[in-house]
Amino acid sequence: MCSLCGILGCDDHWTNAVERPGVYSRNTDRQARRAETARRMAAANRVLNYRRLKLSEWQGMSYVVSSPTGASTVFDALLHLWPEAEALAPRGFDPLDEDMINWMERQ
Amino acid sequence: MTPVILLTGFLGSGKTTLLQRLLTDPAMARAAVLINEFGEVGLDHHLLDRIDDNVMLMKSGCICCTVRGEVADALQNLNSLRSRGEIAFDRVVIETTGLADPYPVLQTLRAHPVLRSHFDSGGVLTTVDAVNAAQQLEYRAEAVRQIAAADRIVLTKTDLAAPEQIAPLRAALSRVNPAARVVTSAEGVAEIIGGLEDHATLVPEEACGPDCDHEDHDHDHDHGHGHHHHHAHHHDETLGVVTFSLVIDRPVDWTDFGIWLTLLLHRYGDKIFRVKGILDIAGEDRPVAIHGVQHLVHAPVHMQHWPAGPRQSRLVFILEGLDPAMIRRSFHAFMRLPAAERAA
Repeated sequence: MCSLCGILGCDDHWTNAVERPGVYSRNTDRQARRAETARRMAAANRVLNYRRLKLSEWQGMSYVVSSPTGASTVFDALLHLWPEAEALAPRGFDPLDEDMINWMERQ
Repeated sequence: MTPVILLTGFLGSGKTTLLQRLLTDPAMARAAVLINEFGEVGLDHHLLDRIDDNVMLMKSGCICCTVRGEVADALQNLNSLRSRGEIAFDRVVIETTGLADPYPVLQTLRAHPVLRSHFDSGGVLTTVDAVNAAQQLEYRAEAVRQIAAADRIVLTKTDLAAPEQIAPLRAALSRVNPAARVVTSAEGVAEIIGGLEDHATLVPEEACGPDCDHEDHDHDHDHGHGHHHHHAHHHDETLGVVTFSLVIDRPVDWTDFGIWLTLLLHRYGDKIFRVKGILDIAGEDRPVAIHGVQHLVHAPVHMQHWPAGPRQSRLVFILEGLDPAMIRRSFHAFMRLPAAERAA
């Protein structure tokens, strides 16, 4: 269930679309799903590190994002990655901010 | 999945007249229709020739803020009636109010836990009044959002407009939304709705190819040998709306792209009316089409083959109040591509 809106079964994010004809998805079988999840963790953590946050899997079912001070939040749907991350890092993540772009260019 | 065609357009732009025409065509014989009206007394349904059980009127007013629940209820009701065998339909047309932003309805289709299993976006059809649209484009943000969300633009009242009005209007529409095909209401129904359901696969190149003469492109060419150049033009502005495109010559990483676009739309979805494009994904032979309206991105389409022309990723953005140069830089930084030239 979505922790923000209370809707059941809402993890159908476009980057993780349910496999169906004509749709590009890496959500195909267990192995592909696991591999893409690992890539997604690495890609997200590269960005989250800008505010020293860290994303990990939680029991293979959910995600947990945590701050260096120990604060953390668990969520089910990738859709909520950025709202949840910004709840822990109030200054947020602005992909068009000069400082953030400069920081990403140095990664 | 039943396709839902969203028929939108500014007040008085001829939505109901077009709907009447569409419903006379055999291809639309099994269409269910939902009509939303602004105001306490609904009138438009009286103008429809075919009033039957498949036409429902949603009375509670402005679709952009209060009627999403009602859209969901109406669609669920239609689905229930169909599953009980009381009505039959193979597509739905929702006619919005003239002031509606199409995005909330698209979002309702995409996010509703029941509807998303039964209905899918069948494309956005936007009517544009050839006589008055030029002025509306200057002063009415709703009109710009409707045009930006369009998969197909239907020019109406072309018989009342002077020929010298129409060509500049077509050019203005193309600059606001280069990915939408423009037809006139005088054309056949097949031309108006044909292929509309394939909206996600109509990639920018088909509407606006690499050799086109639009002046609002922003091409980035990263060549394999490290040479990098770009030229940027994005100067057509209507209510501050800018259309620009990114062209990338090297394959992009799908996962990095997903993280970047999700963050960009999370932060700026209300200013990005439209993003549409075709991606050359690293490790994939076939292209992937991306199609988003504001915060919403449709399921990516795995296309069968590359369209004619060079194998490149191409993304078209329709923006309001954002600097295309910063989007280009951000894209390069997040995608680990060589740093784009800094904004002046």
